Amino acid sequence: MGKRPGRRRANAGIVVVAALVALPFVPLFLWTFAGEWRFPDLLPSEWSPRGIHYLLEPGGRVFEASANSLLIAGAVALASVAVGLPAGMALGGYAFRLKGLVVFFILLPILVPPLASTMGIHLTFIRLGLADTAFGVFLVHLVPTVPYTAIILASVFADRTGELESAARTLGASAWQAFRHVTLPGVAPGVAVAGLFAFLISWSQYILTVLIGGGQVVTLPMLLFSAASGNDPVITSALALVFVAPAVLVLVVALRYLKPEAPDGGKGLVGLGKAS
Amino acid sequence: MTLGDRTKIVLLLAPALLVIGVLFSGGLAAALVQSLGYLPAIGRTEVSFAAYREVLGSRDFLDSLILTLYVAGASTGISTVLAVLAALSLRRSSGRVSAVVFQLPITIPHLVAAVGIALVVSQTGLGARLAAALGLIGEPREFPALLYDRYSIGIILTYVWKEVPFIALVVLAALRGVAGELEEVARTLGASAWQRFWYVIFPVIAPGVVAASLIVFAFTFGAFEIPYLLGQTYPTILPVMAYNEYRALDLGARPVAMAINVLIAVITAAIAAAYLRLGRDLGRG
Repeated sequence: MGKRPGRRRANAGIVVVAALVALPFVPLFLWTFAGEWRFPDLLPSEWSPRGIHYLLEPGGRVFEASANSLLIAGAVALASVAVGLPAGMALGGYAFRLKGLVVFFILLPILVPPLASTMGIHLTFIRLGLADTAFGVFLVHLVPTVPYTAIILASVFADRTGELESAARTLGASAWQAFRHVTLPGVAPGVAVAGLFAFLISWSQYILTVLIGGGQVVTLPMLLFSAASGNDPVITSALALVFVAPAVLVLVVALRYLKPEAPDGGKGLVGLGKAS
Repeated sequence: MTLGDRTKIVLLLAPALLVIGVLFSGGLAAALVQSLGYLPAIGRTEVSFAAYREVLGSRDFLDSLILTLYVAGASTGISTVLAVLAALSLRRSSGRVSAVVFQLPITIPHLVAAVGIALVVSQTGLGARLAAALGLIGEPREFPALLYDRYSIGIILTYVWKEVPFIALVVLAALRGVAGELEEVARTLGASAWQRFWYVIFPVIAPGVVAASLIVFAFTFGAFEIPYLLGQTYPTILPVMAYNEYRALDLGARPVAMAINVLIAVITAAIAAAYLRLGRDLGRG
């Protein structure tokens, strides 16, 4: 008995799990560069740059859609950190009456689909001239992102005791100086992770953008969705790879900050699963 | 707590409460009003429960509800069992490696997962090609139809791929805590593998597993994209049904679409309440 067989089994297990995780990416990579790939060939018989050309086509739709997606997701990330940071400070740093209710209210859009509320608010958006605009899309994307930034940052602030801030104040720093030079650098990694996840959630939105953007605001998932409903696996796969790129980048960055070896390594990650 | 503290808390919470209060709760309130038939935009100002009577009495809604419960239930159940098994067998592996492997599907957009899995399980996909190479099938149509099918296999597979790692990370976090030491004690005292799982590990991981499963169930109950892309045309899951009613040219169908939305919101909110209740009880215990 002892530890060694367990360890070996764990390593075999991780290979199996890694293979299953990688499996859907295999056809995506192969199809992106495939020219001719008939059934039942296991590999494409010809390769072609058609998928890459489609992505890089100057003035093409991919370029415009990527720009829209980047712009909206970037703005959503900034805004939801700006809104979530103070909320996280309140929820993580203080105990107060009705806190449970406030947490419930803030978390609600994670479990109650924002699709329901967005259909409800659509008429009002039309009346206010927000429908069919990128700004309107930006606004509804805040619904699924703000709960995440608030909750991630609440857990960041909950881990801080406030002792460093008190020390700074004792040494004569103003409240703002203590926040600017002590609190902010301390929570910066958490803020970065919250912002990246907000970016990713916005980047992955399809139906909220379709409803409020009304086809006027075209983002990458919309191109991917219409390609996937069609019959061209080359274009679909090429788009999927572009669409997935920021997620992989975010993962790399997040893993640097979240330190999975920590005993509570899973804590900050719980709830991040719904990033689309 | 001083008055100054209270003001500070209110001010700090105000932006988030405003965003969610207006854009989310406001939207749900508008959905509720429209579900009652109040649509001045098309000259309807009478309020009634007609849409709810129509929805709750219709065969379409019942079929859709059953399908939604089935998809959410099967996805959650399969994901939970696989996640616990995966976490148990991987808990002695390197934390960093398993974190990367499990984080990847969590971070990948559902749409990409659906497209990739469709290209694996479709009748001309990677799976069918492998089956042909092994001589199991000759023609694509001999491979079982796993997309747009009555059993929603493609949808469930996509959800399982996405959600197993999510639940597994929760279980791993619990296992890496106190469970390891307790299990060692139980082993020294002569407990069998099954006894160690049932009496030591299971009680430690159960609360986290239940909480994570609730999140997955609520999410798969209300999610739209995957069933819209990989689902059959009839019946559809509830959010897709609401969207189809909403897009109908006949504006008279609006109250029905909104009634379905309100019902989805009520069901998922109840799950959210159960989830937080559980979290609070755990915090106390």
